[in-house]
Amino acid sequence: MQGLIDQKLQDLNDDGIDRRGFLKCMAWAGTGLVWTMSGGIPVSRAFAKTADRSASKGADFTFVQISDSHIGFNKPANPDVTATLQTAINKINAMPHKPDFIIHTGDLSQLSKPSEFDTLDQVLKGASAKPTYFVPGEHDMLTDNGEQYLQRYGKGTRGSGWYSFDHKGVHFVGLVNVANLKAGGMGSLGHEQLEWFEDDLKGRSASTPIVLFAHIPLWTIYPDWGWGTEDSEQALSYVKRFGSVTVLNGHIHQVMQKIESKVSFHTAMSTAFPQPAPGTAPSAGPMKVPADQLQRVLGITDVNYLVSGRSLAVIDSPLGDSEPTSAGSGGSTGGR
Amino acid sequence: MKRIWVASFTAAVIIAIVLLVAGSPNVTANDQPSAATAEVKIDNFIFGPQTITVPVGATVTWRNKDDIPHTSVSTEGVFKSKVLDTDEAFSYTFTKAGTYPYYCTIHPKMTGKVVVQ
Repeated sequence: MQGLIDQKLQDLNDDGIDRRGFLKCMAWAGTGLVWTMSGGIPVSRAFAKTADRSASKGADFTFVQISDSHIGFNKPANPDVTATLQTAINKINAMPHKPDFIIHTGDLSQLSKPSEFDTLDQVLKGASAKPTYFVPGEHDMLTDNGEQYLQRYGKGTRGSGWYSFDHKGVHFVGLVNVANLKAGGMGSLGHEQLEWFEDDLKGRSASTPIVLFAHIPLWTIYPDWGWGTEDSEQALSYVKRFGSVTVLNGHIHQVMQKIESKVSFHTAMSTAFPQPAPGTAPSAGPMKVPADQLQRVLGITDVNYLVSGRSLAVIDSPLGDSEPTSAGSGGSTGGR
Repeated sequence: MKRIWVASFTAAVIIAIVLLVAGSPNVTANDQPSAATAEVKIDNFIFGPQTITVPVGATVTWRNKDDIPHTSVSTEGVFKSKVLDTDEAFSYTFTKAGTYPYYCTIHPKMTGKVVVQ
């Protein structure tokens, strides 16, 4: 089996890009796809209500990604974002396997107000999974250059809030691409952070699974709306030698996935409001959906990790249970 | 009768002169560029109009019509709004001729220009 995986990986790596994966892995919110690993090749199938969560069975550990809570937002697209965040936390608390921790990929608040951060803290207190690891979104650094964010959520981090940690053999790196943005540009990591990142990975075995998380996608999804990171290519060049890299982002309020060689990219739904698919609306502003459908386009992401296969399975679940409309599971295997 | 008419006429002339004098500062002000104003509407993640040309002394007001906060910040550090939530506005008076590029620091793809002549 390992040989087969190696062979498949080799096939994928011949041109550096898995074109089949590239074309097939673009999963939009609402299309209902689940990604599983089969012999090193990601396979999609319709996500049914009874979709088995076999990925979590026997998983060595699980963590959950939530994103874009925008506490303080009160416009028609979702007049009660605190309630939908609470629903997300309830869903996490109801999981049969307790996640080891939560990752929040930014835009905790709408306007960086202390009261908004207070509300977020209050809701997160009720989560059974602890701790929550954060990276800031642009909405969390609107005033004071992100000082308040750093004081509350970035203790012990570097620069504008980047850091890394290890959990059960997996190396996690939280990156900040929302600080000091330049006119006309997209997200940016900056020289200092890139240097730190390169250094942080030095000396680590190529078989160490790597999970990168940042607010704005670390791959260019739609430059016209700034959905990408100017210097992400350089950052990704540092992880090339690793057998398994998973990149988790938020910002675009919808699920999108791409697998490129050994790197699997994934964006999460928001817990607050959906945004339109790239280019389908005049702007990336909040999308108003009928109230009874809102919970189908908000959600959480559940990531299962198996040491044996050194693989991560990513499953997206909408908040509403009525009819799963969006789910994806992507993984990357390190067959080295 | 005739006298009354003259008196009325005189009074009317006086009133007209008084009105003219009282109103004159307004008239003069409107003719000067110092009172010129212009508005840039922030809507759908776009500064509209993207380039606005105003005379020296004009005050430009940016108003956010989006459900998402924006800023209007001079690329060269000339002016900087606070974060503008929905329906909030920021004004700046341009006292020197020149071209002033600006952008939204939250969504840097949003850019605009004020040309002061």
